[in-house]
Amino acid sequence: MLGRLSWDSIPWSEPIPLITAAVVGMVIGAVLLLVLVKGWMPYLWRDWITSTDHKRIGILYCGLALVMLVRGFADAIMMRAQLALASGGAQGYLPPDHYNQIFSAHGTIMIFFVAMPFVVGLMNFVVPLQLGARDVAFPVLNAVSFWLTAAGVLLINASLVIGEFARTGWLAYPPLSETQFSPGVGVDYYLWSLQISGVGTLLSGINLVTTILKLRAPGMSYSRMPVFCWTALASNLLIVAAFPVLTATFTMLLLDRYCGFHFFTTDGGGNAMMYINLIWIWGHPEVYILILPAFGVFSEVIATFSGKPLFGYRSMVAATMAICVLSFMVWLHHFFTMGANADVNGFFGVMTMIIAVPTGVKVFNWLFTMYGGTVRFTVPMLWSIGFIVTFVLGGATGVLLAIPPVDFVLHNSLFLIAHFHNTAIGGVLFGLMAGYTYWFPKAFGFRLHEGLGKAVFWCWLIGFYLAFMPLYALGLMGATRRMQHYDDASWQPLMFAAFLGAMMILVGIVLTAVQLYVSIRQRAQRRDLTGDPWGGRTLEWSTPSPPPAWNFAVPPQVSGLDAYWRMKKRSREEVSMTSMTEARPFHMPKPNDTGFFLAFFAVVTGFSLIWHIWWLVGCGVIACVSVGLRQAWRTETEVEIGPDVVAAFQAGREVSA
Amino acid sequence: MDRHLDGNDGAPGGTPGESHGGSSALISYLIGLGLSILLTLASFWAASTGAVYGPGVPVLLAVLAVAQMGVHLVFFLHISSAPDQVNNFLSLAFGIFVVALIIFGSMIIMANLNHMIMPMEQIIARQR
Amino acid sequence: MSGGLNPTVGKTPLSERGPAPVRTVVGFGFWLFLLSDIVMFAVFFAAYAVLSSSTAGGPSGRELFDHDRVLLETCCLLLSSFTCGLMLIGSKRESRRLFYLGALATLALGLGFVMIEGIEFSEMIADGAAPTRSAFLSAFFTLVGAHGLHVTVGLAWLMLMATQVEAMGFTSMVQRRLLCFSLFWHALDIVWIGVFTIVYLGAG
Repeated sequence: MLGRLSWDSIPWSEPIPLITAAVVGMVIGAVLLLVLVKGWMPYLWRDWITSTDHKRIGILYCGLALVMLVRGFADAIMMRAQLALASGGAQGYLPPDHYNQIFSAHGTIMIFFVAMPFVVGLMNFVVPLQLGARDVAFPVLNAVSFWLTAAGVLLINASLVIGEFARTGWLAYPPLSETQFSPGVGVDYYLWSLQISGVGTLLSGINLVTTILKLRAPGMSYSRMPVFCWTALASNLLIVAAFPVLTATFTMLLLDRYCGFHFFTTDGGGNAMMYINLIWIWGHPEVYILILPAFGVFSEVIATFSGKPLFGYRSMVAATMAICVLSFMVWLHHFFTMGANADVNGFFGVMTMIIAVPTGVKVFNWLFTMYGGTVRFTVPMLWSIGFIVTFVLGGATGVLLAIPPVDFVLHNSLFLIAHFHNTAIGGVLFGLMAGYTYWFPKAFGFRLHEGLGKAVFWCWLIGFYLAFMPLYALGLMGATRRMQHYDDASWQPLMFAAFLGAMMILVGIVLTAVQLYVSIRQRAQRRDLTGDPWGGRTLEWSTPSPPPAWNFAVPPQVSGLDAYWRMKKRSREEVSMTSMTEARPFHMPKPNDTGFFLAFFAVVTGFSLIWHIWWLVGCGVIACVSVGLRQAWRTETEVEIGPDVVAAFQAGREVSA
Repeated sequence: MDRHLDGNDGAPGGTPGESHGGSSALISYLIGLGLSILLTLASFWAASTGAVYGPGVPVLLAVLAVAQMGVHLVFFLHISSAPDQVNNFLSLAFGIFVVALIIFGSMIIMANLNHMIMPMEQIIARQR
Repeated sequence: MSGGLNPTVGKTPLSERGPAPVRTVVGFGFWLFLLSDIVMFAVFFAAYAVLSSSTAGGPSGRELFDHDRVLLETCCLLLSSFTCGLMLIGSKRESRRLFYLGALATLALGLGFVMIEGIEFSEMIADGAAPTRSAFLSAFFTLVGAHGLHVTVGLAWLMLMATQVEAMGFTSMVQRRLLCFSLFWHALDIVWIGVFTIVYLGAG
């Protein structure tokens, strides 16, 4: 009746998941109660849950990412604490079985449910505004994408309380991930959670590429597009090209597990190395999917806070597109040690070094942008400067690892861990924090507390170096990754230093929450009245903060790069971006519940697949198809916005300003 | 959001202005069908005949297959390098690039690994 | 939006003309989706290419495949691509007659394809050549089965489109969806060219 689900599936004997579940349950219960008592449900349903507005969806993505950052980071702290303790005779407090689930969950959550949603959220919010568009190409699909990602989040969080998670690491290599060696539900949770959210990500990639190529404002040729949009284009092209590989590879592993196929099994002619080959064909473009938008954020931030146009626009664009293409030609460097011969290893080693060149071009462009400018050391600028130093270091260790014989020594050591955290934190996370601070006023109408923002930055910067520099040393001393315990006592001081670094980052994360709370309470003092709190250069700063649902009542006519900067220079009175006299009626998409319901039934289907509740799988699939059919028959999907609505919005702003 | 028609990019599959269900569209499909039938029959013939040098048959099959895919793209999907088809064409080129990398890259790498690494059954046998 | 009032529209570069028409936007988005689907098939092709000789002592392609049946399937699918084109012409001319004729022919030919393939699969499984037998067979069933599944979903979509034409007529929304369907259907035939060449003819 309930497949392999039973009361024993809940980990009654493990305090940590149980207490976590109880606390989270109470928090969710309290929030729901508050919402019901205050009568916020209709507003939330209409304006957020069923919203088709790219700005709202972008905010939802970023919020989801920040919440999951807490869980991913909790995993990190647990690992650091374990390693600080488990030296020599001491065994620490986490048995290997749990430790394996924790590092698997940590990686999976950080990549798929923190970094990806945050990046996608920023691109969702900013790109249409920068392009002078009213929304993305497919607003309903956008909502579907978000909710499918949320469905993946729900499933992976369920694994903490009902059942277990994979113990295979974040990429679930076979044969360990096959049924023979992982018969439980852990790998199934991993696979279904990522398959469902993967569909969402792919659809989002299609959406944003189409938006960037087909919906730019009149006059905005490709060479007048902001660099953030170029990096978004490259990143989303990579999503469209790479995510199907992940879907296909996971499908093959699922067929092995559920139907007894022999793609990657140890018998029947299966070849586990094929999985590793395929998964990294996805995996390498994935890291560029994450870093390219971060590069875009830095381009915007550095130009704005240096008071100069970005240096070397064309070389920036060329470098971005070069990285896009080259990122598909280096994947074997993730498995130099799997046994290919020198020619093959050498080719990919050289390609990996080549891909560092366009990144270097970008770094020099940023530096030349700052040189001769009037640099303002605001919080986003601090993140950018921290990024330049930190990411160059991380990139350099990457070039070291690109040499196959070096990689033979350092593969899967803590040196590797240090390298990719160096680039992921120093590059992706710093970029996300810069973007978060930079565009927060646009999204919410008030700025974040500056002093607390600087404190967050310094905690992250110092904490990062303290947490990961020891890991470089430990890697060179022979420490491997995914290691629950070690015998060499001389490693312990370094492990302890790393633990302190993690604590410092924890302070930074707590301060981020404090900063948000304080900023909300003090929002009246920090209100952004002009829509342009930083002296920006691109079109999003020409809109009010927050912008109306339609962004631009009259599409902007663009005549050059840094479109808004030009407009400001011309005259403030000459062009009023929301002038109602020129506004002709236009259509905006209505709120739509397809995304929410599709995701809900996807969770039901995924959960029942994991637990082998086959009748419920059938119901779930039928329900999903039904939601799709209902959408297919909808004809009233848009609402007309006339000049009177625009005028009312203008009047409301003038009253409150 | 309202849009307008004033000579913008063309959709793949043809724009309304180009072939409003006119005879040019029908001719296009007929040519496509004719060529595809020829190429299909040629492929089946090539695979079973002794007339072509043995090791050359896979190459011939590949050429015929690629040609027929091209016929489909041009005559059924109306992909071209015309200015209003640039986005469609470039995306297709990127897609082909990725597909080629995946298929040929995997084949080369896996052949190399299979050559260098002991088969899985033997590895497992050694562990018992 | 007022962008179209530019008097020099003929001289403005394409990239500066502002937002594209809905049909172009939808068509391009669907084109990207198709390209992503083809990348997914490429992975199945790659797996097939790598595993095609891993028969684990079981039957190989040469023993199993029947070229005549494959030729019949190919003709069904190829002709259905043509009839799909006729169907699209019918929709552009807003001729219900031509549309339904083309749709019916496409449906019949597509069903023929799926049935032949279904028979092939069940015969193979009954003979002991099931996907669980070897890596080669896993790869075969997954690649060819994925294509067949796409065709089946396509046929269901076609039936839905026929009911929408019946209920709503040839509105611009329906026409956009028919355009997407025809792109999908032609792409499936392109994938099939790869399948019959590499899998069936390639087995020797």
